[in-house]
Amino acid sequence: MAHDHDHEDHDHDHHAPHHASELSPMELRVRALESVLVEKGYVDPAALDRLIETYETKVGPHNGARVVARAWVDADFRARLLADATPAMRELGVGGRGGEHMVVVANTQEEHNLVVCTLCSCYPWPVLGLPPVWYKSPPYRSRAVIEPRAVLAEFGVTLPADQRIRVWDSTAELRYMVLPMRPAGTEALDEAALAALVTRDSMIGTGLPRAPGPSA
Amino acid sequence: MNGGQDLGGMHGFGPVAPEADEPRFHAAWEKRVFGLAMAMGLSGTWNLDASRSAREALPPGEYLTSSYYAIWLKALESQVQAHGLVTPEELATGRGFVPAAPVKRVLRGEEVDPLFARGFPSDRPVPDPARFTVGDRVRARIVNPVGHTRLPRYVRGRTGRIEAVHGGFVFPDTNAQFAGEAPQWLYTVRFAARDLWGDQAEAGHAVSVNAFESYLEPAEPESAA
Repeated sequence: MAHDHDHEDHDHDHHAPHHASELSPMELRVRALESVLVEKGYVDPAALDRLIETYETKVGPHNGARVVARAWVDADFRARLLADATPAMRELGVGGRGGEHMVVVANTQEEHNLVVCTLCSCYPWPVLGLPPVWYKSPPYRSRAVIEPRAVLAEFGVTLPADQRIRVWDSTAELRYMVLPMRPAGTEALDEAALAALVTRDSMIGTGLPRAPGPSA
Repeated sequence: MNGGQDLGGMHGFGPVAPEADEPRFHAAWEKRVFGLAMAMGLSGTWNLDASRSAREALPPGEYLTSSYYAIWLKALESQVQAHGLVTPEELATGRGFVPAAPVKRVLRGEEVDPLFARGFPSDRPVPDPARFTVGDRVRARIVNPVGHTRLPRYVRGRTGRIEAVHGGFVFPDTNAQFAGEAPQWLYTVRFAARDLWGDQAEAGHAVSVNAFESYLEPAEPESAA
């Protein structure tokens, strides 16, 4: 590192960052907050790392897909899930923060369910992980309750005109997951193969499960 | 409060923008904000309802133009200062200048898995019997609290039907203000879209909210005819 270059860079520090390695204003702002919270002993860095790792890599829609697939193959489990979802999910080791009080709503030919949180970002973390940006953003939060068919169309979902739509606004600590209908032509699939058809959006209600691929 | 967070039924935000293969976080700082908010939430200094209240307290223009983790960051910055944990100078510099204030708990790394796998239930016993039963017609009260509430504007004054009685739960309106959990009965109330949105409601559409007992009052039977 040549000193003259350092000096030149220093002159530019008062302006916009011009190196890819430099931190954005938001990175700097968050770093300051984190530094002081750690320095003063309010936050254990190990806890911070574990929280991020857990919700970045461990908790996600694969958990919900397991629950759905089990409900598709096991009628007794499905009945327990619809009657009292929280203990039923615990049977599969699924539960925890953001899913303390789960409600599962089943799609039928007559009614399609759609989940939203108009007031913030309530979302069933243990089954779906952290919510996608669109779920937390004004277009979805404002429109899901007033024009759900138009919203579904933007997700490429067009329901039969005679299939009612039921929108669940998550305004308290109950967390909703949609149990989509099992796709046709999946009679031969085992539970793991069924789980692979279950998309995140199908458990929010903004999508439908994948169709089974052609058999090999 | 009638703030920027109460979005149900608003127009003008444009189409929903799903993102293919969306990453869990869109920037390194978002991860840190998420983790900090979770960790500080367990310090026992405030509660989840108070955190929601702090986010909603952003002026609507700012709320609506901030990304979600930016909203969390701004709320967390205001909370740590309001509760005397961090001074403005410390926040500006990222360095501690005054001794730490006592907190009820510091979440340790090894506590994350067991605590978050168990969760933090908010159901509580309520001594009095539930006022409403399944099938009752109820009206959401016309109220405009300046503090935190979980009754969205689009149902206030509208009539629906009790569809489920869920038991007692922490009442967010008081809890957010550190005025006690004051648990109340929680219900699912189903509204026909036509009763919310009038003639422009889409056909065959209903909306449910979860409503605390004090949000509701009895409504007259559907038709006397």
